[in-house]
Amino acid sequence: MEYEAVIGLEVHAQLLTDSKLFCSCSTRFGAAPNTQTCPVCLGMPGVLPVVNKKAIEFTMRAALAMHCTIAKKNVFARKNYFYPDLPKGYQISQYEFPLSKSGWIEIDLNGNKKKIGITRIHMEDDAGKLVHAGDFARAEHSYVDLNRTGVPLIEIVSEPDLRAPEEAAEYMRQLRNILVYLGVCDGNMQEGSLRCDANVSVRPQGSNKFGTRTELKNMNSFRHIQRALSYEIDRQIKLCECGEEVVQETRLWDEGGGKTIGMRGKEEAHDYRYFPDPDLIPMTIDNEWIESVRKSLPELPAQKKDRFIKNYGIPEYDAALLTQDKLLADYFEDVVKQGAPAKWASNWIMTELLRELNAEEKSAAECPVKPDQLAGLYRLIAGGTISGKIAKSVFADMYRTGKNAEDVVKEQGLTQLSDDAQIAKLVDEAIQESPKQVEQFLSGRDKLLGFFVGQVMKKSQGKANPQLVNKIVTDKLNRLKEGK
Amino acid sequence: MRLCELTITELSGMLERGECSSVDITKSVYERISEVDKKIHAYLWTNEEYALSQAKEADKKRKARENLNPLLGIPIGLKDLLLTKGVPTTCASRILENFVPPFDATVVKKLKERGVVVVGKLNMDEFAMGSTTEGSAFGPTRNPWGLDYIPGGSSGGSAAAVSSDMCIASLGTDTGGSIRQPASCCGVCGIKPTYGRVSRFGVIAYASSLDQVGPLGKNVRDTAIMLEAVAGFDRCDSTSVKMDVPRYTDSLTGDVKGLKIGLPKEYFVKGIDPEIADTVRNAAKQLEKLGAEVIDVSLPHTEYCIATYYIIAPAEASSNLARYDGVRYGLRVSGEPDTLINMYKATRDRGFSAEVRRRIIIGTYTLSAGYYDAYYLKAQKVRTLIRRDFEQAFQKCDCVITPVLPTPPYKLGTKINDPLEMYLSDIFTVSCNLAGLPGMTVPCGFSKENLPIGMQIMARHFEEEKIFKVAYAYEQSTDWHKRKPKV
Repeated sequence: MEYEAVIGLEVHAQLLTDSKLFCSCSTRFGAAPNTQTCPVCLGMPGVLPVVNKKAIEFTMRAALAMHCTIAKKNVFARKNYFYPDLPKGYQISQYEFPLSKSGWIEIDLNGNKKKIGITRIHMEDDAGKLVHAGDFARAEHSYVDLNRTGVPLIEIVSEPDLRAPEEAAEYMRQLRNILVYLGVCDGNMQEGSLRCDANVSVRPQGSNKFGTRTELKNMNSFRHIQRALSYEIDRQIKLCECGEEVVQETRLWDEGGGKTIGMRGKEEAHDYRYFPDPDLIPMTIDNEWIESVRKSLPELPAQKKDRFIKNYGIPEYDAALLTQDKLLADYFEDVVKQGAPAKWASNWIMTELLRELNAEEKSAAECPVKPDQLAGLYRLIAGGTISGKIAKSVFADMYRTGKNAEDVVKEQGLTQLSDDAQIAKLVDEAIQESPKQVEQFLSGRDKLLGFFVGQVMKKSQGKANPQLVNKIVTDKLNRLKEGK
Repeated sequence: MRLCELTITELSGMLERGECSSVDITKSVYERISEVDKKIHAYLWTNEEYALSQAKEADKKRKARENLNPLLGIPIGLKDLLLTKGVPTTCASRILENFVPPFDATVVKKLKERGVVVVGKLNMDEFAMGSTTEGSAFGPTRNPWGLDYIPGGSSGGSAAAVSSDMCIASLGTDTGGSIRQPASCCGVCGIKPTYGRVSRFGVIAYASSLDQVGPLGKNVRDTAIMLEAVAGFDRCDSTSVKMDVPRYTDSLTGDVKGLKIGLPKEYFVKGIDPEIADTVRNAAKQLEKLGAEVIDVSLPHTEYCIATYYIIAPAEASSNLARYDGVRYGLRVSGEPDTLINMYKATRDRGFSAEVRRRIIIGTYTLSAGYYDAYYLKAQKVRTLIRRDFEQAFQKCDCVITPVLPTPPYKLGTKINDPLEMYLSDIFTVSCNLAGLPGMTVPCGFSKENLPIGMQIMARHFEEEKIFKVAYAYEQSTDWHKRKPKV
């Protein structure tokens, strides 16, 4: 029997507002514990929440970018439960009346485009952090850091439209890209400003009933998401094939062990007793506000990709890769603005530049080679000062030292040898030194042309202009042939 | 007369004329406290040095002709759920027994800006849950008019202190009648303003959609002066309303000619003590003599008020009181074995009284899955009907007058073992909170045991001026407000 997987993702994104959702404490990451708190986010007696307008705008931006409908009436609801990282004993979230519903984003897997539905996007405030003394199982006590309490989050819930781990990872990439483009979230999964939980079940191919689903947590990267889902889908299929039941539970992804671990017995179905928060009045979002936010939306990844294809004439593959990351896309455009041709720039960026950046996990904004410097490198190649091959090592030096292309070439004496007479001299030497190969060439082994070109390149430490070498070698050898 | 026996208006005049100082008044108040608070137990916290230093400040300001206003240098008592910076705020609960807030409630800040002298923190039912102040974890307050009798609740301390001259005026809070009932039992004035009129920031929450802070005073004028001082929009309270605060004292003209007063027939039914019904009806007749027109009105959904209140208030309370978990402040009790859950249980078990725990559990139940629609949601819908009753009634009249309590004050210990009986005595006051309307208690007589009886005056949202007008006119034609208990 063939099974298909049904996957839905719940993503929490921390909003890049300066202050928290219901008080004016800073949201900056990395401060000393409990230094970014106030009576309101500490849940002291008598405090009251006041909503951060920018957070609402950011949520609206995300909702509009993902084609959601924005609700006129917006209500905050209390989600009640007890935990030490939740000072008030309730989270202020949205339940019945979320800010937005019914949207979608498009993913593209190897040319196959698919629309993934977005059920809802709503606002809520984050909880604090627990730091356990030692490892979780044996810790004698835990420390509570409430800096993060009250930081604005949006929760983006997808429809269960995903059918494969690759789709889920691609959805996550697209979603992250959109949020970063909007300037609404920094998308940092390692620091926890973007978090992902998955709901996954399996069912016989062709069935339209949902199987029992499990909730997966603790996936901190696209890789984790893909691996965890692969494992879990396999696990569930195996259970079904053995006639066993899938238990509805929360499972944690264990990257070290490469498996999901059930939290059976520790998780009970929570009754959060949602009710509208009486300390906050229902908000009305009018069309005027929605339209002004819509007008202020920056160019989104899909639009930018289309524009790159159209305006720069680069292939879809290139455009897609470049726009995966807003900083990279900006870098590319800067390089082109500085005078490099689009196709050359995109090739160079996709190969040489990304190799270096990815090795150090740096973003394009942190690249030691600035866009104008890369354009400068192009000019040296185009002007014949260096060959394409040499340019690669020049680039590597530029990356390591931050120096301009001209300076690197000058310092290392890498200027291309383009003097006909000098090259001719080297070609003569090469011909003289390799009589055997000359014989072979004259008896018909035309391919040995490359051998002589290679010899000249070696003699010139790679600096000779390859096209010129080729031309002169071809000339001389053919003359020899004719002379014979 | 002793200084502590006078009103804000009288003392303010004397201070202006240099006939006494704030230090004199404060000393007089503290003398009174040392005389009678052993018997009455209105205060949970006092500090004479602290009070006198504020009094000295006020005298200094007056000498420099700075911050001149009727409240400068006047000793005021504060219900112990109003956060006072650096001064313990316990909510009359063991769970906050040693809690010292790092900031002032907005209303406290406003009074301090006017240069009042904070005398101390006043006793109350724990977490404002109760109608008798017997619910305090630190012992009940007694009625100055009869020490065996309840002073009303939950702001029992606030009313008893004003009534027995242990402060000149006070602030209380009212969720279902907690200002109006004790004011009535102790023979003083007390007003619950329109919901949103006064900031709730820094006020320990019981039921967020019902709570309001309000003043208690020896007469209508003092109460109006206090309300003017604390009312107004607060950006720290999303439920406070952006509306100008009128000069309430301007309504104290004594003229009620043409004003229509409604007596809701559902508030004068069988089961109410005939003494109460007669006393309030007489007050209405008095107002007729003064030129008002008294008509009958109907508030048909009155019978559902108690049920509606006792679903909504505990529900909101169950959520508001979740923060008292022993983690960040207040009492923490370790459990056996020492796990998180056991700490939560031991702390809240030891820290909360039985009545508080009762209401938290009721509230949790009415919000729980499967019951939310039938209880909480339904109650909120009925609440709209109750509000509409008033909207209809106010098309025919300017104010509504009702009794405050169905009986005169009863003896301590009478209803403490029967919570439901106690809840039923809220019948006349909860509707006001449910509809968000302003409501004021004005003394209007005495029972045959010489215990005070008050009447309640209600008006449309933000029409406190009409209430003050009616209250003042009535008061000035009687002498109830001049009588004092012999303690």
